[in-house]
Amino acid sequence: MIHHRGFIVVMLVVTLSLPVMAQEDTANDFNSLLSNLDIHGFYEIRSGYRMRKDKYEKDMSIMEQRLQLDISSYLDWADFKVKGDIIGDLVEEQADFDLREAYIFTRPYDFMDLKVGRQILTWGTGDLVFINDLFPKDWQSFFIGRDTEYLKAPSDAVKISLFSDLANLDIVYTPQFDSDRFISGERLSYWNSNLSRLAGADAIQHTDKPNRWFRDDEIAVRVYKNINNYEYALYAYHGYWKSPGGQNAAATKAIFPDLNVYGASVRGNVGKGIGNLEVGYYESDDDQSGKNGNINNSELRFLAGYTREIGKDFTAGLQYYVEHMLDYGRHKDSSPSGLNRDRDRHLITVRLTKLLMNQNLRCSLFIYFSPSDKDTYMRPNINYKVSDNLAVEAGANIFFGDYPGTFFGQFQNNTNIYTALRYSF
Amino acid sequence: MKLLPAFTIILVFSTALFAANDPNRPEKITDVETIVNKANFVAYYQGKDGKAKIKMTITDKKGQTRLREFIILRKDIKDGGDQKYYVYFLKPVDVRKMVFMVYKHTDIKKDDDRWLYLPGLDLVKRIAASDKRTSFVGSDFLYEDVSGRNLQEDTHELIETTDKYYVVRNVPREPDSVEFSYFNVSIDRKTFVPVKMEFYDKKNKLYRVIKSQKVETIQGFPTVVKSIVSDLNTGSKTVMEFTNVKYNINLKDIFTERYLRRPPREAIR
Repeated sequence: MIHHRGFIVVMLVVTLSLPVMAQEDTANDFNSLLSNLDIHGFYEIRSGYRMRKDKYEKDMSIMEQRLQLDISSYLDWADFKVKGDIIGDLVEEQADFDLREAYIFTRPYDFMDLKVGRQILTWGTGDLVFINDLFPKDWQSFFIGRDTEYLKAPSDAVKISLFSDLANLDIVYTPQFDSDRFISGERLSYWNSNLSRLAGADAIQHTDKPNRWFRDDEIAVRVYKNINNYEYALYAYHGYWKSPGGQNAAATKAIFPDLNVYGASVRGNVGKGIGNLEVGYYESDDDQSGKNGNINNSELRFLAGYTREIGKDFTAGLQYYVEHMLDYGRHKDSSPSGLNRDRDRHLITVRLTKLLMNQNLRCSLFIYFSPSDKDTYMRPNINYKVSDNLAVEAGANIFFGDYPGTFFGQFQNNTNIYTALRYSF
Repeated sequence: MKLLPAFTIILVFSTALFAANDPNRPEKITDVETIVNKANFVAYYQGKDGKAKIKMTITDKKGQTRLREFIILRKDIKDGGDQKYYVYFLKPVDVRKMVFMVYKHTDIKKDDDRWLYLPGLDLVKRIAASDKRTSFVGSDFLYEDVSGRNLQEDTHELIETTDKYYVVRNVPREPDSVEFSYFNVSIDRKTFVPVKMEFYDKKNKLYRVIKSQKVETIQGFPTVVKSIVSDLNTGSKTVMEFTNVKYNINLKDIFTERYLRRPPREAIR
């Protein structure tokens, strides 16, 4: 799948650039593309093990070599970039190619930027908590201990940015729905509500994913403005729940129901630190009444965060986040297998980051804790830069919870530790 | 005061100012505030904007070196007042294309605004900026050395006037807010370039020295193109070299989220 779409994107980018190049002196352009070529990347080895026996998954949580190549160049009228990872994966026992970026960027007018192709997209104010950022996430990479960069999965999209004194506008159009790389049971065990037990490789979630070009599409819009260094933004999204948000009536396949999101955020200096607020209304469009137990309920989501320095090279961040189901009673009554959560899911996150040894050693801890789900997810990490090119890293993904079916609690048996070595060039 | 003259510009007025005097016997100024203001101006505010490529070589006491390379763009909102900085990283490679942006506020009650753009995640982060006396990119230079220490934070005393230099002692008004008890700055009497800064710890022991090793006149502006900071406690030192220094480049307002996410091409190439 990944290969296939990556190929389409590269072809699309090439095709789009051809007519423009033809107008110019193509040979000249080709020469400048070559002479402006900039190649970087890294080679990485990463290995990790489960700390608990998981009868549905391998003991190895991650075991891979990865070569990332980042190739960029430019012409007068545009920038070009292709970034991809070649992966030798010993857990899945296969070689893989993950095309992360392949795009053309251009500034056709003073008031406009345009980015076309495969790209990583991020907006919103949360720290590892997302409300209005509905671009695809790779939760699997996140939980098995890949670099945080891999939490963001690429989108095949067109991003149009318009700038004015009044406000700025971003429009992202994704012609074919890009879902999250969600937990399917392949690498991580999870709570399967149909089986009412933990499951994994024995019960891989099959999905019925919207995949028609230009029909099953997504559009995300952001209007934003900086007023006295407070950043205000309004957001809208029309598309689908990014991870499965329900199942078909026969309960054989997970589905991605229609979703609209409307939200707002603000971020700026508060006292000695940075404060942020973000809200979002999740309208589960296939179940407006909230009666269908097979489809996610509509929700209100709210986030408040604060980050500040608490010592030399020592930063602390605190966030409070809540998901409020709008038709909880109806949803619960009609849910075929019962519900594993309260109406409100409260979540508190804490981030501590300390830099030592001339900032070459970074110790960090990120904690998600839900008082309503009674579960916790901790991400300790230590990264040391041996030299400008070489870094070594160790960390863990630790899950625990009182109940087997809660958001983080279900991953208890996936608790893992990992180490990595990365050479950048 | 403060070194790092490069993205700084002395207005044309510097020439006019000194033309009246015999260049070899500069007028002797006795008012310390005039001296520190001029030095601050020369170090940080020359021209209305500027650009430079900076290479930092950090050498620890064992002799291991690390390299930082970045392009810095500066625009003054007000001479001697607020400024905006844009820093585009080239090296080390793992932070290549990262952008750091600062709105510097000289109002002592107001913290600077800082942003960081991480290209791998396409993430625009806001950074809390309360402590300016932390290391800049792991070097021996501090944030405050790079963007300038607010003159209002210290009291200034002219302790010596030699043939070539004014020596000014700076004592923090809030001693608990910093790690030094005072620092002396030697300021060139002709150009007002701060050529040496010596920091003394709470026991009055010299522990940190910044020296301007090479000064060039660029577009009429005296510019420190090489400086070195030595940390006598840790044995570490950092050499900072400026190349491609240009003043008055008519920088438009690139200090926005638009250019954080995608740098202005003319400015970084």
